[in-house]
Formats: sequence, structure tokens, C-alpha cells
Amino acid sequence: MRAYTPKDDVQAKSYYTDRFYVSPQVAKQDVSSDEVFAADLEAIKAKFEVLEAYIQVEQMVVYINAKDNVDVIKLVKEELDYTQLSEMSAIDWIAKSGQFEIFYQMLSMGKRKRIRIKCFIGKDEAINSVEKLFRSADWSEREMYDMFGIEVNNHPFLKRILMPYDWEGYPLLKTYPLEGDEFAAWYEVDKIYGKEARDIIGPEIRDTARVDRYDSERFGRLGHEVPKGTKITGNEPKTPLAYQEEGGVFMIDRFDEEKSVIITDRNR
Amino acid sequence: MQHQNRLRPFFENITFDRDDNEMILNFGPQHPSAHGQLRLMLHLQQEMITKAHPDIGYLHRGMEKMAENMIYNEFMPTTDRMDYIASSSNNYGFALAVEKLIGLEVPRRAKVIRMLLLEINRLMSHLFWLATTALDIGAMTVFLFAFREREYLMDLIEDYCGARLTHAAIRIGGVPLDLPDNFIADMRRFLDKLPENIKDYEDLLDTNRIWRMRMEDVGVVSKEMALSWGCTGPMLRASGVAWDIRKEEPYELYSEVEFKVPVSDKGDNFARYRIYMEEMRQSAHILYQVADMYEETIKNNQTDLMAHAPKYISAPKIDIMTQNYSLMQHFVLVTQGMRPPVGEVYIPTESPKGELGFYINSQGGPYPYRLKLRAPSFWHTGILTDLLPGHYIPDVVSIIGTTNIVFGEVDR
Repeated sequence: MRAYTPKDDVQAKSYYTDRFYVSPQVAKQDVSSDEVFAADLEAIKAKFEVLEAYIQVEQMVVYINAKDNVDVIKLVKEELDYTQLSEMSAIDWIAKSGQFEIFYQMLSMGKRKRIRIKCFIGKDEAINSVEKLFRSADWSEREMYDMFGIEVNNHPFLKRILMPYDWEGYPLLKTYPLEGDEFAAWYEVDKIYGKEARDIIGPEIRDTARVDRYDSERFGRLGHEVPKGTKITGNEPKTPLAYQEEGGVFMIDRFDEEKSVIITDRNR
Repeated sequence: MQHQNRLRPFFENITFDRDDNEMILNFGPQHPSAHGQLRLMLHLQQEMITKAHPDIGYLHRGMEKMAENMIYNEFMPTTDRMDYIASSSNNYGFALAVEKLIGLEVPRRAKVIRMLLLEINRLMSHLFWLATTALDIGAMTVFLFAFREREYLMDLIEDYCGARLTHAAIRIGGVPLDLPDNFIADMRRFLDKLPENIKDYEDLLDTNRIWRMRMEDVGVVSKEMALSWGCTGPMLRASGVAWDIRKEEPYELYSEVEFKVPVSDKGDNFARYRIYMEEMRQSAHILYQVADMYEETIKNNQTDLMAHAPKYISAPKIDIMTQNYSLMQHFVLVTQGMRPPVGEVYIPTESPKGELGFYINSQGGPYPYRLKLRAPSFWHTGILTDLLPGHYIPDVVSIIGTTNIVFGEVDR
């Protein structure tokens, strides 16, 4: 029987898994173990609902409700001195729970602390933009939209940023294959040569490691060159290697003083 | 027959008038001073920019996607292609993030060698920055001088790992090789000469009328703007924020070496130029100290180069060749890959360009579930949206120059 491959996650899978292997966990500490973080968490908890909070690898992780994201980040920025939004993006959990996890990585230079504020949104839900608080979110949110298709409310210019404007599909979704989908295979062919050239050119092969030994057009057969389009039989005669320097290949004529006209007068 | 979806020929950099006399100038993506593949759409009133719209993505290779489909060690050479001017810094950022994820302590000598590589990379990157920016402004001599010095550093790196540009010189858990015999001596010889070289550049530039006119009070980034746009590294320090991750959140051996963090509150191109020059001197200062540290490790006979963690890291080659269990372990780690614990980390390091962060979400598998690359240049490109309006066309070139953006890193 053929092995079942899940359609909702087409990324590389480990080919060997031990059924009885239990993964260790990166240690989580209680927030109360760090004074600064404990005070910060209290300040957030006083106004907003905190779903979960812990410290992992010296940084506090706080889970909040997605509807509070702008207000929490405003509080954290203006009252708790987290003055920089280092990074924000999403994680695709659609296969597991139909949700996206969005994280905001914040830095306080005064306290020398970093926190990560996280929230979950449903597959078809939008998130509110924090661009008014941090200009850096302008491009981060665009990147998130480009890569995951997450709509951001109140964003000034929600367009694709890394992929072309007319691209279809969202590359970082787990359902998107590494080598691209059907659209990706024809994108440049359609764009450059037109749809009618599909039969002639064929789809773009994005597997760079692929080598077709019978392909006489895309693969340099060094020392066994054949005219373009020839069917390869494997019995091609060996063509001797020749270099221009030895006069073997005619490409550019060598400079020959005898045959040349040498101009000495600049104002001729 | 016309086809709707066919790419039509168009003339690059064409300017055209609209009713309100506003011109739109297309700058790049093939402009020589666009530092790679930056396309800027500039709205102009006469020669003044009223609106700037950076368009990126011409070098997008989907590294985050690739990372989700590669085992951790497999991804290491890919990180070289981010900031390819200082590729060991990317290697290091990734290695450190994975080490924090699995809770690994790296042997002392490996740390020293990593420090050497990181600072050599910083020097290489700053020299490259100086060369290209000076060339953009028109100072060809500085370009030739700075590239000569960079060549010495590339030779040093080549002596160490065999590669000049894409080093892949750092492994998760340590470094693959010890320094070659002549490395420290060669490096000292280079460093002894470096202050003279830096002085040469400064003699050519500091009092140069053209250089100062193109640099002073051009591209002023205020402190608020720098913080809001997520600027880091020299961009942030030129705007009056004394924040260097090496100093504030020391990693590796940066807590043991003595160095100063140059800061300026001017925020203009010239301030950034001064900071790059000063950081080169500080890097040289660090390298002298680290060279001494290396000699100490020889004296103390600390020869380990890779951490000992059989679950994650292969044993030394001699063990693999002689001991059955090490060979089995190595086989599993190479074919299946290490499986870090379930959890997530965000680890920032101070790359030559700014804060280089790796966010890794591991679900216990041999492939990261999500890997986000926080590249400083991404936001240093974004800030052009707000920075360029009000400037003139020639300023665009000098501003792009001093932001020091590298497109391998912006587009990833």
C-alpha cells in the first residue's frame, strides 16, 4: 500500500521516526523567577487578558487575545519601555488547529530585556495593524501578508513585498510545496513568451538538482556535443576539445598587424 | 496578435510628466549604486523627491521556506548567501540560535576562533562598505585602497576555510578546524598596518570638500525614527542610541574583551561614516586581544573545537573512524539530522550591519517548523520610504550607500 502523505502539510518529513521517542522540551521558567518580567506581566494583566506567560531562553513569552494586539503593544511600548519592534511574523498551524500564530518580538533597551507577544487568529481572520505604533511593522506586515496571506486591517499599503504583485499563492504556507505549484511553474513562461509558447518551452523546473541524461538542450555534453534537439542514443562520436587560442574554434580573429590598418593621425 | 499577459518591452529609467508637473523616476533595479537589486520609484518635483517607494524582492530565494525543508546542518551554507559580504556572521547567528535551542556550551578554543572570524568579517564588511560608498560618491582611490586591505582579510579567511566569500566556517557546536600555523602572525602583521591604512582613507575623505558636502546633514535619521523603523547597528548608533548587542547582551567572549562603542547624535551620512571608521579601529583592538586569548588556549592545552553532545553533534573524526558507537551516531546525524527539543528561541547577534536575529520554532523534528530570519538591512531599506522625501536625486546615492544594505539579506 502506498504511504499516506498528508495534503495539508507538504514540507519535508523525517523518513524515520521512532514511535516511542519523546522529544525533550526547551525549559520554561515561571515569570515570577525574574523581577522585571514579573512587573511587566502584572502591568499587562491589569488591563488585558493574558492566556499564558512563561520565560524561555531568557525571554518572556506572553499569549494574549488577538483583538487586544494593538492595545497591548501600545501599553508595552509607552508604559513598559519596549521601544523597538525587532521582528514580527506568523507561524502556520492550519494543519493542526486551523489557526495562525502571530508573534511580535520586542526589545527594551532601557531594561535590556526582550519579550515576545503572541496571539492566535483563525484561518480567514484578519489582524489589526500596529504600523501606527512602529513604522517597522509596515514592511513586516506586508511580508506576513505576502508569505501567509494574512490580511492586516488599517495597514496603509497592504501589497506584496517580496513576491511579484501578480503572484498567486502564499509561499510560506505548509500547503505550498518547496519547488512551487502549478502557477509558479508557468509564471515566467507566460510572462516572457506568452501562454501560446507553453508547448514549446514547457514548465519551469525548479528542482535544481534534476539532471536529465537524455536532454540534449539543457545539459552541456562536454566532449560529446550534438546539434540542438538531437535524440541521444549514447553512441555519439567523441568531439575533440578545441580552444580558440590554438586556432581550433573560430570566434574572434586574432589581431594581425599585416592585415590591419594602423591609424597614426588622430585628426584624420 | 497582442497577448495580454506578455511582458512588453519598456524603457528603463524613463521619466514622464504628469499634469501636476510631478515626475516619476525609476531608479534600479540595475542601477550601479543600488547595491544589488533595489528598485526605487521616486516622485520628483524638479529635482526634489516628494515620495519614495522602495521595491524589493528581486533576489528573493525563499530561505525561510528552504529552512523548513532542510536539516539544521544542511541550512548552514544557505545562511552564507544572506549577507554575503560578511558570511561568517550569518553562520554564527544561526549556529548560536541552534545552540541556545539545544542548550549547548561551546569549547573555549572554538569560541576564540569564532570571535576572530566574526571580527575579521566585521572588518571585511566595513572595508567593503567604505570602498563601495566612496566609489558611489566618486572617490575611486579609496575604493582601490580599501579593496586592497579587504583582499588581505579574504586571504586570511581563505587560509582558514578555503573560501573567500561564502565561508560556512562555523558549525553548530563549534568550528570545524583549528587555525593554520601562520594565521595569528599574518593577522598581527595586517593589524599592525591597519591604523596607517585607516588614516590614509581618512586623509582622503575627512577634509575632502566633495565628500563632506555629500555627507554632512544629508539623510538625517532622528532617534525616534531609527527606533520606530527597527534600525540597528551603525544606523542606530549614528542616531544617538548607544546600543551594541556585543556590549549590552554579550554573547561568546565579548564580555571578556575591552572595546568602545562609538556613538554619534548627528544621525546624518557623515556620522555613519565616522562610526564605520571608528568601529574598524575597535575591531582591530578586539582582534589583538583575541589573538592573545588564542595563544593562551594553546598554553592551557584547550584543544577541543566541537562541543561534546552525542545526541546532536557528531564525534571527532578520529572517534568516528575508530569507535563503533560514534560511527553509528554520526551516520544517524548525517542522514536524519539532529532533533532539537520542542521550543522556540529568538537569538540576536550584532552582525556588521546591525541586529541579525534567528527565530527558530522547533517541534522536535529534524526540520525547523518555522525559521524567521531577522535581517537588519530589511528595515534599513524600509526607512528609505521616510528618509528620502525632501532630498535631491544625488543624495539618494549617498543615502543608500551609508545605510549599507545588502540585498542577499533584504530579500533572503
